[in-house]
Amino acid sequence: MDETELRKMSTGHIFGAFAVVLSVCVPVLSVDGFSFLGTHLSWLCICSLCVILVNILLLLLLKPNASSKKTSLSNKLSKLTKSCIYFVISCFLFHGIIVLYGAPLVESVAETFLFAVLLSSFTTSRCLCLLGPNFSAWVRVFSKDGALSVWDHSLQITTVCSVVGAWLGAFPIPLDWDRPWQVWPISCSLGATLGYVAGLLIAPLWIYCNRKRLTYKSR
Amino acid sequence: MRRGHVLLFLAWVSILFYSGIWIFMSGFLLMRIELNNQSSCADLPSSGPQGPLQQHPGTCWLPRRFQKAVIIIIDALKYDFAKYEPGITNPKPYQNKLPVIHQLSTSQPRHARLYPFRADPPTTTMQRIKGMTTGSLPTFVDVGSNFASYAIQEDNLIHQLVENGRRVVFMGDDTWDGLFPKKFFKSYFFPSFNVKDLHTVDNGILQHLYPTRDSGDWDVIIAHFLGVDHCGHKHGPDHPETANKLAQMNQVISSLVEHLDEETLLLVAGDHGMTDTGDHGGDSEKEVMAALFLYSKSPLFSHELSKEAETVPQVNLVPTLSLLLGLPIPYSNLGAVMPDLFSWPKKESSVSAALTLASAVHINALQVGRFLHSYSLAAGDLPSDKLRDLKSLLSSLMSEYEQLISERSRGSWTESEYENRLRQHVLRVQRYLVQARAVCMESWARFHPLRMLAGCAILAATCLLCYLAAETGMALDLSCKFLLTYPLFGVVGAGALLAFGKWLSLIEWDCLSLWALVIAASQLTFFYSFRKQMQVRVRLRFRQLSLLFSGPCLILIFRCGSLFSDSFVVAEGHVAPFLLMSLLVLTIYKLHWDGRLTLPTLSPLGGDTTKLTLSTGYRKDGPILLALLGALTLCVRLSGIFHNCREETPDCHPSLFLAPLSNVKDPQLKNISYLGCIVCLVAIVYMVRKWLQHYGNLNSSSALVLYVRWGFPLIALAITCHWALSAGAEDSLARLRDLIQLALVACPRAVYGLAALGLVFLLWNPVTVFMKSSRDSDADNTVTTYSGAPGSQAELLHVIPQIYRKMQRTMKSRLRHGTDEEEENKGAAIEAYGLSSVYSAAMIVTLSLLTMVLLLLHSERITPAFLILLVEAFVILHIHSHVQNLYYAPDSSDQFSVPWYAVISWALAGTQWFYSTGHQPVFPAIHWNSAFVGFQEGHENNITPAVLVAANTFSAHILFSAGSSLLLLWPFLCETPGKKKKGKKEAEEMPLMEMRLRENPDKFAGALLQLGTKYLFIQGVQLLSCVCAAMILRRHLMVWKVFAPKFLFEAAGFTVSSVFLFLGIVLLLRVDSAVKSWFKSLILQQQR
Repeated sequence: MDETELRKMSTGHIFGAFAVVLSVCVPVLSVDGFSFLGTHLSWLCICSLCVILVNILLLLLLKPNASSKKTSLSNKLSKLTKSCIYFVISCFLFHGIIVLYGAPLVESVAETFLFAVLLSSFTTSRCLCLLGPNFSAWVRVFSKDGALSVWDHSLQITTVCSVVGAWLGAFPIPLDWDRPWQVWPISCSLGATLGYVAGLLIAPLWIYCNRKRLTYKSR
Repeated sequence: MRRGHVLLFLAWVSILFYSGIWIFMSGFLLMRIELNNQSSCADLPSSGPQGPLQQHPGTCWLPRRFQKAVIIIIDALKYDFAKYEPGITNPKPYQNKLPVIHQLSTSQPRHARLYPFRADPPTTTMQRIKGMTTGSLPTFVDVGSNFASYAIQEDNLIHQLVENGRRVVFMGDDTWDGLFPKKFFKSYFFPSFNVKDLHTVDNGILQHLYPTRDSGDWDVIIAHFLGVDHCGHKHGPDHPETANKLAQMNQVISSLVEHLDEETLLLVAGDHGMTDTGDHGGDSEKEVMAALFLYSKSPLFSHELSKEAETVPQVNLVPTLSLLLGLPIPYSNLGAVMPDLFSWPKKESSVSAALTLASAVHINALQVGRFLHSYSLAAGDLPSDKLRDLKSLLSSLMSEYEQLISERSRGSWTESEYENRLRQHVLRVQRYLVQARAVCMESWARFHPLRMLAGCAILAATCLLCYLAAETGMALDLSCKFLLTYPLFGVVGAGALLAFGKWLSLIEWDCLSLWALVIAASQLTFFYSFRKQMQVRVRLRFRQLSLLFSGPCLILIFRCGSLFSDSFVVAEGHVAPFLLMSLLVLTIYKLHWDGRLTLPTLSPLGGDTTKLTLSTGYRKDGPILLALLGALTLCVRLSGIFHNCREETPDCHPSLFLAPLSNVKDPQLKNISYLGCIVCLVAIVYMVRKWLQHYGNLNSSSALVLYVRWGFPLIALAITCHWALSAGAEDSLARLRDLIQLALVACPRAVYGLAALGLVFLLWNPVTVFMKSSRDSDADNTVTTYSGAPGSQAELLHVIPQIYRKMQRTMKSRLRHGTDEEEENKGAAIEAYGLSSVYSAAMIVTLSLLTMVLLLLHSERITPAFLILLVEAFVILHIHSHVQNLYYAPDSSDQFSVPWYAVISWALAGTQWFYSTGHQPVFPAIHWNSAFVGFQEGHENNITPAVLVAANTFSAHILFSAGSSLLLLWPFLCETPGKKKKGKKEAEEMPLMEMRLRENPDKFAGALLQLGTKYLFIQGVQLLSCVCAAMILRRHLMVWKVFAPKFLFEAAGFTVSSVFLFLGIVLLLRVDSAVKSWFKSLILQQQR
């Protein structure tokens, strides 16, 4: 159990949560005619961008997978392009899954796709930053004994929290309350965002509470 | 016999559930108390001085205004049909098709008037006839009795007519025959139930209407036309046929008007309206708003109407008509007289007209007051404070009236002042009548909280019982003593005690409460014995309580919680598939999380699982499961195409596939959809045959296999013929019509007959095993294989016997161990085809037979839905068996218990397909047409149509609950895929598949019990939450629209499910006993 690693991670998470909060507050205060409900599409874009940027920044600053050997530029470039491709694929994959789960197929395609982008930025972008475009590592991390570091655990928790949040966000949609936030995909994106933020905050706490139990062996 | 105990136990549990439903229903769905009092001319309900009009000798409550009346009831005559809108340039088929009404009311405004006529829900024909003759308000429970209408016991208009010596001639809808048996002077009834038949009733009426009218041998003619309603059911209002039908009605009205005399009142009324799809039964504005048209040759009204007439509640017809015809108002009437019609005699002065109205309203108020009084004596359900208010209001009104009358004789007011005061008085009395009606309406949704609670408690206890039995599973004692004797003892003991008490008249409860106590006693004895047994043998593990919050349970909690919200009940068709997908995704993710999808590569020494994850060898199952999951989600998403709509979702459009093929106008589209349906049907038959062939169950020459080979295509052929005929029946040649009618009856009956034959074959000999004895097989240890998976039939024929030969050898050796007789006989080895899938083969054959029969009951174009249903069920079974085989070794006893997630997803899929076969849990959405598949002419009894409609409505429940035992069989069937090929090298690893069940008869019985109780528990919990929702939210705005129908559908669905679950298990046990006797005969053969 590495205390410094945990501290690094906690600050990173607080920054991440802060970025999400900012993405809601700043445009509302600075841009005219912007509101979370009214111009939801632009908020989706802003939030996804913020989250991705913060993730990349954290990757560069905190270097969670620092143990990797020195890599050449071409290697880095190929990794970068691979990551981009993975991200795009995950966006489309999420779109497909959301539609299969019952989202409208033809109507409001833009909303659905941007929601898929948001989910990808909550889940896939973090995976890409922490694990790199290495699919087998992803498969490993998301199984019971797969987590090898605090970062892996935080990844598990935030990902699961955002997905569950999005899933729970679908429940208010059929209710007949006639509220503006019940419109597709606002409640789901709201749920996903809340879940993500909750995951970011829970992860360090959970790891801290279970620090006796968690023993990370060699990589 | 352990099996018998299992069956009886399941039956007992089902009976517990049914009793709970019944007891709850008796408290929840209440009938209004019907008073048998009759009004008569002699006892006018007033005691004070009488008005000026009653003093004529020989008059009843009011002088007779019309000698005769012609009452034309046009079923489902919507107000929009009768209203004439001159401005429309391009009228819809139903608009402006009754010009005679418009013409009469504009040219003779004091003789004719059209009113909007508001019916009370439920807007079903029988309820409406009841309302229009008794003047009372029906309660919800009457809806169900539409199939068999009972004679009306309450005082009613027809009764009063007959009592007062009027000759009533009736023609039309035969519902009236049931409601008023032997009341009519003359009657011409025509069958009403066949909604596809537009003309029989109407033409029959027309045949008799004019001759009757001309004969003069009548006082009141009632004619009830059904064509418009049937046209709405069959084609919807927006169809040229509606225009034809309305034009015919127009013709009827105008020819009646021509020959009317001064003494006769003509009344044209619709009993209810219809929705845009032509249905009715609910309480939406479109269903409720009918038309009422009044006409007479003598002036009816005192003045012309400048704007549209006010809406008239339907019950108002009863007092109005009674008083106009000089009859007493029926005793339990709650309607108010229509003031426009009581402005006579006109000749004298306007005051006398006002006096007539005042006395009519007065009589009406007295009658309603009298009814309320006697009702409050008979039943205590009307709130007493409100009744007291009404009573004091009435008495003040009465004294006011008496004062007015006495002032009249004194002549202390001028004419116009007096008239004004009379009119004020009339308004107040009318307000009283409206209030009285509102009070009754409000409280006739009264409940028995105690019975509801008792029903709820019994259901909850039964659910708990199921849960305990299911969780204990294999550890449960399957002995007769435990499962049956104790509960039976409870029943007998409590029953005897209570009967004794009743006999001694110590207890004064009704049978229902006694029955509830008996049920409770039997449950308590079971719980007691269960507790005792658990103490002795297995302690209930408390760890299992934590399982309450595992994924499947969470999904179940979500599912049950969603039944408490009306929005979620309305959206259930989307909620169920959502939860189903979530559940299966969760299950597969958990499989991955538990590391079952990665190949274990650790040394036999290490229990260290962390090392395992580093070397990621990934099982083939992972991608397969993902592909299956993709197929499942696709199926689920596609199933959404077939949804029907309910009125709560106005922007939803019912699926195009729900309309029958005959409604498609474009011939090319018609042909294409027809072809598509045939392709789907052929695909179903082909898939079933392919499956049987794959597992080698299509080789024997038994009757069943021959039936599958030849009977299935024959059924498919009959179904396609039926579709073709029913789709094209409209525009066929007249000469062929008889032939086509015959074929329309013959084809479905052929399907029913063939299906019944198939079931008989199945029950007679369900073993689809092909046996071949060969002498030289002992030496034959090497198997020549074709490379790769067996593809063609020839290869299969080659490979399968070799596999089964080995299997058979092991089986035989086991049998020899069992019987200890065949030590020396090393003779022939047996080749058996399809032995290892003999159980599922029988189940699959049954299910496909059921599918084809149910398919026939639905509209043709829903066939793809059934194909997708079967594919989805197949996919779920495959996912389940993969998961099961990854968790447990094939020979472990865990394999015998079906896990919760599988049962829950099976039940969720059942719910999902209830919606995706075009149903909704509301009454107007029932497919009544299905009652006539194969019975074009209607029915003699009420049972056959009820069965057909129920089979149509609950087809998904039927298929999924009958097939639920496949959840147990399938993992055995898919046991260690890929080992078949390996098995040739390692003789020990021969898959035994379903023969494992045969080997462990005790475990088999236990597994069936567990599966049955689990399935009943899932269904029961859903039912329980529906019941609780209906009970807790019984004052909710949506209770009669959403929760009560949902509860009724859920209860009926549960009943159907439990019956078919039971039958499915019976079938499985029949197969088991047949396999047993097959083995016996095999051994006998060997001995010879």
